[in-house]
Amino acid sequence: MTDRAAESAAGAAEAWAPSELELERRLTRKRASRRSVLIALVSTVVFAAVAGWLVLSSPGWADVQQAFFNPEIAKDSFPKILEGLWLNIRVLFFATIAVAVVATLLAVMRSLRGPVWFPLRALATGYTDLFRGLPVLIVLYLVGFGIPALNPENRISVAVLGTVGITLCYSAYVAEVLRAGMEAVHPSQRIAARSLGLSHAKTLRLVVIPQALRKVVPALMNDFVSMQKDVGLISVLGAVDAVRAAQIATASTYNFTPYVVAGLLFVAMSFPMIRLTDHVSARMAAREQQGGTV
Amino acid sequence: MSVLELHDVHKLFGDNHVLKGVDLAVDEHEVVVVIGASGSGKSTLMRTINLIERVDDGRILLNGDDITDPDVDVDKVRARIGVVFQHFNLFPHMRVIDNVTLAARKVHGTAADVARDRAVGLLEKFGLGEKVEDYPDRLSGGQQQRVAIVRAIMTEPELLLLDEITSALDPMLVGEVLDLVRDLKAQGSTMLMATHEMSFARSVADRIVFMHGGRPLEVGTPEQIFGDPQRPETREFLARITHR
Repeated sequence: MTDRAAESAAGAAEAWAPSELELERRLTRKRASRRSVLIALVSTVVFAAVAGWLVLSSPGWADVQQAFFNPEIAKDSFPKILEGLWLNIRVLFFATIAVAVVATLLAVMRSLRGPVWFPLRALATGYTDLFRGLPVLIVLYLVGFGIPALNPENRISVAVLGTVGITLCYSAYVAEVLRAGMEAVHPSQRIAARSLGLSHAKTLRLVVIPQALRKVVPALMNDFVSMQKDVGLISVLGAVDAVRAAQIATASTYNFTPYVVAGLLFVAMSFPMIRLTDHVSARMAAREQQGGTV
Repeated sequence: MSVLELHDVHKLFGDNHVLKGVDLAVDEHEVVVVIGASGSGKSTLMRTINLIERVDDGRILLNGDDITDPDVDVDKVRARIGVVFQHFNLFPHMRVIDNVTLAARKVHGTAADVARDRAVGLLEKFGLGEKVEDYPDRLSGGQQQRVAIVRAIMTEPELLLLDEITSALDPMLVGEVLDLVRDLKAQGSTMLMATHEMSFARSVADRIVFMHGGRPLEVGTPEQIFGDPQRPETREFLARITHR
């Protein structure tokens, strides 16, 4: 060993290496976690096996399999349903943008202080009360069949009407989430911003809303996932989306498999968002905990 | 046997070696005060003893039990240690009496009326008799911190950890909290505390530990540390903190 190597080795020793005791403890912890994983794995497998056995051994399984899980029909109906899903995705895209804008406006309107703003505040409050109470399906019927009847000459596409209906409902929900977030920002933040001379509007835009958004990201993502599947409801207006395409295929084959296919496609569509939501929530929780193992 | 013994305790946050082999013992009825600059590892030291942070090496013994053993039940260990925090950390949705009796009722299984009697007795003794049914936000900072101390001693812990308990207080309110700590010392509580209040440290401590660079650099009686510090780092720290 050269002098330099000896020196760096001494430096490394100086830099501390875990003792026998610590290495033993790490081994114990690793063993304990391995045991936990094993127990979780075994219990999962046992549960799945029991559930599977219960279904497969039931007397009607053969008929159910034929009616709901027919691979031939699944294959045949798949392209049409996928085409329908593309409509759902477009509706979702535009509705999301519209909801973001309308909900923010509503939340800001509801947070306005002072008697001058009473009409706006009352309007926003009335709106959120009404559309949070109304079932989405009824809103879709009213918008989808009511608005065209106003002007029978100009036909508006049912997809557009469906987008409007979804936007009306979800804006109310999201506005309330945003408002809760804005109220959760500590009053001292507003005071600090106003003390710097920022106007009410600038305080909201530059200080309150950025902090509010961070607080409500998980709730917003939850609403988005929920909206992702509710766009399937536009099928009641006659738009040929994934659900409608499945319905058509079912009517022609007397088999429910297309519904299962459509359902799986919706799950597949929402899956990335659900995982992303979990990831973001976990990251935010970790950031707030600031170390510690409690 | 000491109430608390630390043997070569290390703690790393990533590459940041915060505790570099801490050896320390606190005997029964002894008050040990940890001083040192911000970032010297005082708070981390407190947190490792309460098992909020897991040590990366070394051993911590609480009345002879190795509490750094991986098989140890951390909740049981924490139930034996009382902790008072810089920011009080009272539960805002509970009245004073419920804050104080929570651990007794829910962890130690004390009957509610027994716990209540004891809590009211302690609160009255420390001048908080009027505040029993109030919520924490109705109390001044000093009162809140005194409630937090009562909450910590309610279950008669073997060791009391006080982590800069006056740092978030108005100077006018520091005195009432420190008087309470003096009372606890007179009753024989075993305490380990981190503080920036040098005059208080001097009057209440049996031993002073000067933390520097993640190690207890100098340990001694208040007379030794404040009167005749041996290390240049200690002298520099004391000069800076007392000549502000």
